[in-house]
Amino acid sequence: MLDNISTVYAIVDATFRVSTPLILCAMAGLFSERSGIVDISLEGKMLAGAFAAGSVAAVTGSAWLGLLAAIAVSMALALVHGFACITHRGNQVVSGLAINILASGLTVVLGIAWFARGGQTPSLQSDARFMPLELPLSQALSGVPVVGRFYAEVVSGHSILVYVALAIVALTWWIVYRTRYGLRIRAVGENPLAVDTAGLSVSGLRYSAVAICGAFCGIAGAYLSVSQNASFVREMTAGQGYIALAALIFGKWRPVPAMLACLMFGFLDALAIRLQGVKLPHIGEVPVQLIQALPYILTVVLLAGFIGRAIAPRAIGTPFIKER
Amino acid sequence: MMTSTSNIELPAWLEIVVIPIVNIVLALFFAGLILLAIGVNPVEAVGIMINGAIGYQGGLGYTLYYTTNFIFTGLAVAIAFHANLFNIGGEGQAYIGGLGAALVFLSLDKYLPGILLVPVGILAAAFFGAAWAFIPGWLQAYRGSHVVITTIMFNFIASSLMVYLLVNVLIKPGQMSPETRYFEESAWLPQMHEFFGWFGVTITRTPLNLSFVLALICCVLVWVYIWRTRWGYELRTAGFSESAAVYAGIHPKKVVVIAMCISGALAGLVAVNEIMGVHHRLIMNFPAGYGFTGIAVSLMGRNHPVGIIMASLLFGVLYQGGAELAFEIPKITREMVVAIQGLIILFSGALALMLRPWVVRIYLLFKPVREATA
Repeated sequence: MLDNISTVYAIVDATFRVSTPLILCAMAGLFSERSGIVDISLEGKMLAGAFAAGSVAAVTGSAWLGLLAAIAVSMALALVHGFACITHRGNQVVSGLAINILASGLTVVLGIAWFARGGQTPSLQSDARFMPLELPLSQALSGVPVVGRFYAEVVSGHSILVYVALAIVALTWWIVYRTRYGLRIRAVGENPLAVDTAGLSVSGLRYSAVAICGAFCGIAGAYLSVSQNASFVREMTAGQGYIALAALIFGKWRPVPAMLACLMFGFLDALAIRLQGVKLPHIGEVPVQLIQALPYILTVVLLAGFIGRAIAPRAIGTPFIKER
Repeated sequence: MMTSTSNIELPAWLEIVVIPIVNIVLALFFAGLILLAIGVNPVEAVGIMINGAIGYQGGLGYTLYYTTNFIFTGLAVAIAFHANLFNIGGEGQAYIGGLGAALVFLSLDKYLPGILLVPVGILAAAFFGAAWAFIPGWLQAYRGSHVVITTIMFNFIASSLMVYLLVNVLIKPGQMSPETRYFEESAWLPQMHEFFGWFGVTITRTPLNLSFVLALICCVLVWVYIWRTRWGYELRTAGFSESAAVYAGIHPKKVVVIAMCISGALAGLVAVNEIMGVHHRLIMNFPAGYGFTGIAVSLMGRNHPVGIIMASLLFGVLYQGGAELAFEIPKITREMVVAIQGLIILFSGALALMLRPWVVRIYLLFKPVREATA
């Protein structure tokens, strides 16, 4: 009836495509939260980035300029977050929420004012997008059973940003665990006073972490509007920033487990689309909404300590006061 | 610079009146910049908004109808804030509150008279909202998971659950759009034009209904609860310092759960306005962001019922005025109000203390005469 192998490959392939923005946002959040700054504004920064990328790519015809614009806009919002949380010791959740709501409103307002298409940006031609890349030899190897087909159908044929996302996971792991800067970021999220005593700037480190967070969210946004889709659509992030946050918690604020959590949540999403209206043997029809809600349910269960324990960086959410 | 001024006490009128107003003005100033950026004259826009929101009877009715929702969600956020809890889940709690009211009406509206049906519906909305907030509250108190994250997750879970129920279970048979059947008229909350009609006064027909009165009653009750009861004292103590609360013989865990339940119940009352007062059936996404607006309202109103009423009125004006604005000037959409909301949360919430050092300095310029001589 169905070619089982191709179905599996198709789902794995879709998993990578769906997971990419999650992975980028989870790594973004990792930097911010490991440095002690709660970031629920991954969603808003990604949305603003997607809008910036869609607009700039539509006007200039260049996907790369779109990507740069996304990174710039998202970093700007990240610095607003930093300004509120680090410089003015504002409530980090409130600030993140403000950015989410601001982005949600502003992208539609500006989109309608500039393009008059109900909040959408103009559709991009394929040369203004990041299109799927054919990796070398994928044609030649596609005849080879299992491995060759896997290479051709799953590994090859993604946009460059998918590979960038995976590279960023490796980079994040290396920075966080193998560099002096990473050690300092982790330290400032656990015990900022010790970092301060060692003569380092707590604010400086936290600002840098928040800025990196902004850059990654921007890439995630650009992926949505100029790679996965051919334009910006209002509210196109659709809660993925929150799923990434859930994945970050699920991965206990560590890069590789967080990536795996993103892939798992992405897989659930890919599976949900496949399972729509399908009756499984013994179980019957699984409601799509249940699968869609699973990432959130699993995260709640994890946070409640029923499957392992997720322990946040110790100084997370508390502003650092240098004097006294 | 900041710590040198942060321990200087300012008179109450500066802290409670001047600084919050300056923060809002700052937010509105940036909103004006956005309008300029898209080529709209902000002064003209403000004129249209105010006229559309309070300039005629119909507009005023809509403004107060929105205000009702914001009072409920604002109070919900505020009471949690007093217990040092941040309930972001108002949206989901309101949604599930709607489920509670709808379940009551769908099963009982053919059998019970309105005089019983309406109170039972209100209680069901509050109870379901409370139940949806109870879980994150309990998890925070007894399992150590943070209420901010769990309430965010519960918003999404509520949304998925409601889509499932509306599409598969509660939908009126033989109908395409995912909504329930209309409730019997006995379950409808009287709208204000009907209410005034009973006394022979004619006013314009708007969605404004008697739940506005319920919202005002809730304000009084919340005020009494927080500042005039032992439970409110325990709530504020536990919110201020958990260890102090323990020494005072208060159970902080119980306080967390109770505070979340009351908060959820208040959020659930949004359903009274929307489901019982206006739509008369359960529809998809009826909370439409009111839960999130409650956070802005509470921050602006400094978690006090009086402040919340004023902030809710301002947001009512923004919502209704924004709708008129979008109607008059095609370049502007209603989402402008969402952007303004974001700016207000930023300036009145996250950056609330930004201007304080400056206010302190100006204050000291005018004040020092007595202290310098002392």
